[in-house]
Amino acid sequence: MLKMFKNLKKKEIIFFLISIAFIVLQVFLDLKIPDYMQEITRLVQTEGSEINDILREGGFMMLCAFGSLVGAVITGYCASFIGTSFEKNLRSKIFRKVESFGMEEIKNFSTSSLITRSTNDITQVKMFVVMAIQMLIKAPIMATVAISKIANKGWEFSLITAIGVLIVLVMIIALVLIVLPKFKKVQTLTDNLNRITRENLTGIRVVRAYNAEEYQLDKFEKANDELTRTHLFTQNAMAIMSPVMSTIMSALSLAIYWVGAYLINEASMLEKMNIFGDMVTFSSYAVQVIMSFIMLVLLFVIYPRASVSAKRINEVLDTEPKIEEGDIDNDTTGIKGKIEFKNVSFKYPDAEEYILKDIDLNIERGETVAFIGSTGSGKSTLINLIPRFYDVTDGEILVDGIDIRKMKKDFLNDKIGYISQKAIMFKGSIEKNITFGEVNGKKPDQKKVAESIEVAQAKEFIDKLEKGIETELAQGGTNISGGQKQRISIARAIARTPEIYIFDDSFSALDYKTDFSLRNALKKYTKDATILIVAQRIGTIKDADKIVVLDNGKCVGIGKHSELLKKCDVYKEIASSQLSKEELENA
Amino acid sequence: MHNHGPQGINGENAKAKDFKTSIKKLFTYNKTYFTLMIIGWISAMASTILALVGPDKLKVITDAITSGLRTGIDLDKIDKIGFLLVLLFSLSFLFNFIEGLIMANVTNRFSKEMRKEIAKKINKLPLSYFDKTTVGDTLSRVTNDIDTIGHTMNQSFSTLIVAITMFFGSLFMMIKTSPLMALTAVISTLLGFALMFIILRNSQKYFTKVQAELGNINGHIEEVYSGHNVIKVYNAEKEVEKEFDEINERLYENGLKSQFYSGLMQPIMGFIGNFGYVAVCIVGAILTMKGDTTFGVIVAFMIYIRLFTQPLTQFAQAMTQLQSTAAASERVFEFLEEKEETSEIDKKVLDKKTAEGNIEFKNIEFGYDRDHKIIKNFSAKIKPGQKIAIVGPTGAGKTTIVNLLMKFYEIDGGDIIIDGISIKDLSRSNVHDLFVMVLQDTWLFEGSIMENIKYNDPNVTDEKVIEACKTIGLDHFIKTLPDGYDTVLGDTDAMSQGQKQLLTIARSMVDDSPFLILDEATSSVDTRTEIMVQNAMDKLTKGRTSFIIAHRLSTIKNADLILVMKDGNIIEQGNHKELLKEKGFYAELYNSQFQSSL
Repeated sequence: MLKMFKNLKKKEIIFFLISIAFIVLQVFLDLKIPDYMQEITRLVQTEGSEINDILREGGFMMLCAFGSLVGAVITGYCASFIGTSFEKNLRSKIFRKVESFGMEEIKNFSTSSLITRSTNDITQVKMFVVMAIQMLIKAPIMATVAISKIANKGWEFSLITAIGVLIVLVMIIALVLIVLPKFKKVQTLTDNLNRITRENLTGIRVVRAYNAEEYQLDKFEKANDELTRTHLFTQNAMAIMSPVMSTIMSALSLAIYWVGAYLINEASMLEKMNIFGDMVTFSSYAVQVIMSFIMLVLLFVIYPRASVSAKRINEVLDTEPKIEEGDIDNDTTGIKGKIEFKNVSFKYPDAEEYILKDIDLNIERGETVAFIGSTGSGKSTLINLIPRFYDVTDGEILVDGIDIRKMKKDFLNDKIGYISQKAIMFKGSIEKNITFGEVNGKKPDQKKVAESIEVAQAKEFIDKLEKGIETELAQGGTNISGGQKQRISIARAIARTPEIYIFDDSFSALDYKTDFSLRNALKKYTKDATILIVAQRIGTIKDADKIVVLDNGKCVGIGKHSELLKKCDVYKEIASSQLSKEELENA
Repeated sequence: MHNHGPQGINGENAKAKDFKTSIKKLFTYNKTYFTLMIIGWISAMASTILALVGPDKLKVITDAITSGLRTGIDLDKIDKIGFLLVLLFSLSFLFNFIEGLIMANVTNRFSKEMRKEIAKKINKLPLSYFDKTTVGDTLSRVTNDIDTIGHTMNQSFSTLIVAITMFFGSLFMMIKTSPLMALTAVISTLLGFALMFIILRNSQKYFTKVQAELGNINGHIEEVYSGHNVIKVYNAEKEVEKEFDEINERLYENGLKSQFYSGLMQPIMGFIGNFGYVAVCIVGAILTMKGDTTFGVIVAFMIYIRLFTQPLTQFAQAMTQLQSTAAASERVFEFLEEKEETSEIDKKVLDKKTAEGNIEFKNIEFGYDRDHKIIKNFSAKIKPGQKIAIVGPTGAGKTTIVNLLMKFYEIDGGDIIIDGISIKDLSRSNVHDLFVMVLQDTWLFEGSIMENIKYNDPNVTDEKVIEACKTIGLDHFIKTLPDGYDTVLGDTDAMSQGQKQLLTIARSMVDDSPFLILDEATSSVDTRTEIMVQNAMDKLTKGRTSFIIAHRLSTIKNADLILVMKDGNIIEQGNHKELLKEKGFYAELYNSQFQSSL
């Protein structure tokens, strides 16, 4: 948590110091008020006082109160400023950090965890910071000043206050010890209940088909019972808190007056008036002391949650992306669209087994190269090495004759049109989605966008939309179908006029017909571009210039469809599972 | 104490459409709980009233001390009052504690029951409901909304009751003691009320904006993190950063204001308290001098003015909380009041053991909405053991057939007749019993492999499960897992997509139903597993009348009947040869996979 505060900026620290000054002022004025109260009380009680005197004292008191209000407003503003500004900067910092991550770091954290870290965790930390500024500083100052004011006003009174403080402390510590672990359990049990409900909802057809409604309900009931029991335990325990606190407050005044009565009675005539005065002041200060202890302890109750969040945020901020940019940013070789894999091996960090082993491959400009193989054969991994989602473990990959690790990131990416397996859509218009990002520092022009849409076979459905290309997509593109999303994401790649297209199994969402016409149109539109395709369907790839067959991370065959059918067993196996005998023989 | 007004209530600020009705429903939902809650509130009131008496008695002690300063204090009297107060405080403590316990128990049991009601409701709603709503929406009703109800109900009502009692109690005591000074107190407090109202109204818009921007930024973050790859390759970092910064800045501006305003409440209330105090003192002093009142009255007023102003902040807090309770309970009741599937009594029974497997479609008419019929006058007669393939591009509505066969949706016209009995005369559970179903989305739950395969059928023996797994070639794999058939499927995900699909097939294998619905898509599955899956599927279809959502040529060719679907309609039907001759959509679709590009 402390480390978190290193993220505070200069301006925030200045505000922090200002707020300390004003908190001190505020506390001073707050504790001055009882003095005036006492004076007013005395004046009212003394016969023959002038109303003017009361007005004067009242005026002072109002001044103090108003001063304290001003102090509180300024502190409040400082705290709000520090909190929200801190939150803003921290969020921006973590966002940029995550953006700089490679696939490896993202996978280590998992996307959903990164999202929680950038949203909920930050809110948690901010709330703690705002409260900490106001309480963590105010409470000790309040307590010290109040204690110093009452310190020499009789040990009997102090003892009573100390007992009050002790009871509050013991209760809260006991509660923390008993209840806190259960709070953690509540979280797990809630997740559990959520999971069971989600299972029922996602599998609703299966549940109904198996008449398993009761079965599901039984499971739900068990989780529900356990959750409720744990909840009830914590809340029953917490129910003691409010009565104890309010009773302590009332009992404290009573005890002070009661004991005071005896003290006054036994005191000498001279001291009687003094002790009475002390007693009255004491009762109002003692309440302040207890209040500040309660504030402090409450802060410690919420601390664990904020501290967990802070730790999770720091984990992200402390992670350095492994992939570093190179510095080449222009073509020195004059080669275009050429890709070479030289002895490339790859394994995930910490993994034992290689995903790819000794891949040697030359791809020339304008070639269409397809990659096929079973899941886990490494075909997707292989092409994902080109945009450097991961770096090779051994060997090297050259694009246009340059090692990709030596290239500037933007320079390399300008050459690539990448289409992921699952189409990624962003909230905004279709046009925004197609012109997403930039190429050579610019956005594609309108003509290019129109052409891309046509080639990607997306014109027909976009034209049918009422607002056409201006149509707004919801987050994740949930308002259009999977096939439509994929066509937009292909148009996005075409609009970049890349040297190299990378289709990572992007055609499975399309039906055979669209798949076919799209590939035809693309080939006509970009004669010079190198096209890499990972696919499951033989139909998608059988016309490729080169088909690379991968099996368990090794290249087991390179060639055309007809050649591979003859000489490559793995390819034959894949083909026979998808095509009928005649089709195999016709090839 | 640390709850600075509405700031403490994150994301619960949604407004209910009909506040009164929702709250009323909440109370009338369960009479026993309502009675208990009333007892809880009475305890809260009792506790507050007892606490109100406290200061009054303290005043008497003070008076006894002051009057006895010279002559000696009447300690007996003080002891008496002291013990009386100890008793009162203990009672107040007790009532307060009882109230806490009652509210905790009532709200938790209530939440539990509501959760159960929703879980039950899920399985009673027609499937059309879930096709229209998202999983997340229903899920958030079970958890977030009910949590909100439980949480706020526990706090807001008691806070409100205590505040009201405190407010009127102290008002009553003040008027009783001195009407003129009571007026002074009320006027000075009204000032505070007005100020607070202005602040609340001004800050409300920032709270709403903060919520909206928070939603925006979370959405943006989610989008960017999930599309991380694409953003990198498309050099779009600057673009998304710019958008992020814009939202972040807006969030900051509104956040700062809302945070500041909500932080103002506490000090302003403190100031108003002091203001009232001075006002009371001055008026009191004037009155004392005129001889209209005594010093004791002023002392009492000093305490009552504090008690009187204190509930004001609590009002505001409780009201915002009540708003969220209303909003949440509205969503919960909305769900609970959704129209359920029609009840089924007096239905005929078709035993799955004796069923033959005949099925006949007679002039079926169906549409998801009334004006838009997607199946018109569809008829077909299917004999036991026949295969029906359903083909068509993605999104053509192939699941419609599944929906109708499984009685997930009711047909609008015509009839489906199973072994001579109309589907309308059979109960839904009976129809479900007659069918086994393997869907493309492999649905497995967290539980052992054994449990997943036996799913809800206590009659299935372990041996039968193992035998089924052997038949489809899954037995060997399962045995290699650390706990064999007892391996719990969960977060570990040791299984590939194909293996999961095999498991769902095994689940269907152990079920002896005469009809089968099979979605045979095996995309993203490696070749070897795919062959295993296909073999398993072929075994599954043996001896059953099968409806197959076809993706394989062999299935299509061998099928006794092919239903070709496009845009939700059945546009062609017949067997492979007939359809090819028609040279229609089917022929085009079929041929397209063998065309060569260029």
